[in-house]
Amino acid sequence: MADDVWILGIHMTKFGKHPDKDTVDLAAEAALAALDDAGVTMKDMGVLAAGNLMAASAGIGQQLQKQVGQTGIPVYNVANACATGATALRTAIMAVKAGECDMGLAVGVEKLAGAGLLGAGGRNKSDEHKWEPHGRYGAVATVDGRIGTETMPGVFAQVGMEYLHRNQYEGTEFELFARISEKNHMHSTLNPLAAYTKKMSLDEIMNDVMIAYPNTRPMCSANCDGAAAAVVVSDAKLKTLDPDQRRRAIKVSASILTSDPWEEACQILPNVNTLTRNAAKQAYEQAGVSPEDLDLVELHDCFATAELVHYDNLMLCKPGEAVPFFESGATWRDGKTPVNVSGGLESKGHPIAATGIANIWEVCHHLRGEAGDRQIQGAKVGLAHVIGLGSACGVHILEKAA
Amino acid sequence: MAEQVPIVNYLALGDDPHLVAHECTSCGARFFDRRNACASCSGRDFRDVELSRQGELRAFTIVAFAAPGVPVPFVAGVVDCDGTSVRGNVINIEPDPEHVKLGMKVKLATYSLGTDDNGTEAIGFGFEPV
Repeated sequence: MADDVWILGIHMTKFGKHPDKDTVDLAAEAALAALDDAGVTMKDMGVLAAGNLMAASAGIGQQLQKQVGQTGIPVYNVANACATGATALRTAIMAVKAGECDMGLAVGVEKLAGAGLLGAGGRNKSDEHKWEPHGRYGAVATVDGRIGTETMPGVFAQVGMEYLHRNQYEGTEFELFARISEKNHMHSTLNPLAAYTKKMSLDEIMNDVMIAYPNTRPMCSANCDGAAAAVVVSDAKLKTLDPDQRRRAIKVSASILTSDPWEEACQILPNVNTLTRNAAKQAYEQAGVSPEDLDLVELHDCFATAELVHYDNLMLCKPGEAVPFFESGATWRDGKTPVNVSGGLESKGHPIAATGIANIWEVCHHLRGEAGDRQIQGAKVGLAHVIGLGSACGVHILEKAA
Repeated sequence: MAEQVPIVNYLALGDDPHLVAHECTSCGARFFDRRNACASCSGRDFRDVELSRQGELRAFTIVAFAAPGVPVPFVAGVVDCDGTSVRGNVINIEPDPEHVKLGMKVKLATYSLGTDDNGTEAIGFGFEPV
């Protein structure tokens, strides 16, 4: 087994609207702050991994170098849907683990404020004039809205509903999912970097604009701008650094990326369950920790309907028992396993490629004891999870320095 | 009678419309699009199989906000047709949670999408309550 890898410095920008900054400005802000946090410079970096999903072909890594330092190091521009940030981080970790360098920088950035509904291409007006087969299904017309939905709120609504059906839930599904959103919006009131920090009552959430039942607007992740960056370092290199750098370093106890294995129905509705469970299993084994050891979890609540299924997939509860687990209050910030104390994607926001590093930043912030008003007292171990449809799942387990 | 075309090539028209899947001859995995090799076992041979017209609604959402040009609301769902999962809309039903229920029994139904400039009629499909 290779030596441990540590997070030496990490930063997330304020998530929200940044009309005066472009993606390169935001990425540079996060990268420079992460370097400052680590007490190092670009000259110390041996690798750069960067992601910006909406402009994946633009080479955000090289664009960023031109703002913060062109040192000639290898750059990996990565794209892995909503797991892009976690993939960038994992790429830098792999380079360090492989012994190719002893420090690396990972950056994720997105400009998404006002982007609207994701996943829907819309209909070509001309497709009504001549029915001609196109593509692998020989479709003569746009299928979105005719053969199910391709929009993200609808896809993830079905993911949550399928879980309830599979587990014979007999309660009020709409209210159940709205209560999850109520929790995350309440958590966000303590996070000054969240895009939305307003407490929302259950009534407000349920009576807001319906997007795709049972997801109303506040139950959907917030499109916004933001960036996050992390500096990783090898165990051997860390030992040569100052005591203060060593004290604040956070151990990456597990870094896992999975894709979805074939299962019946995965061609119909993306299966976000099995690859998350597989990633979690591998992560717990690699880290030598169990779900009971976790002091906090940041998981991919791209919609309120998604958060529920991941309680089960990450094995925070017994199989099939995500509903009673949530209803016990376990995932509130004063509960047994606080989940999304940052406010989650529903209120903190979801600038796609930044999300997978911002989740890690949140966990590190608590493990360092620097989370201020929202500090989970005595936090020693945390888990960060992201899902990108297609699919990719990143799970990282982080631990406070002993 | 005007010529008819199905909305997708896995909808077979005729007197008794039904869905057709490509089934891997090695492991039985089923796919609606053509596959170069099987995603489950990497086998390379497929045969066409007819799916059951009856099913159970395993998941649904009622889409109220969609891309421009897509009429809302509509019910999108996953239907288990005797062990094969099918994506489709639930049609001929009030699009609200009082009428659409998880586990409800449904059956395949077809409807016209209209005719194009050549007089060809496109036929869509969905699932309606039994």
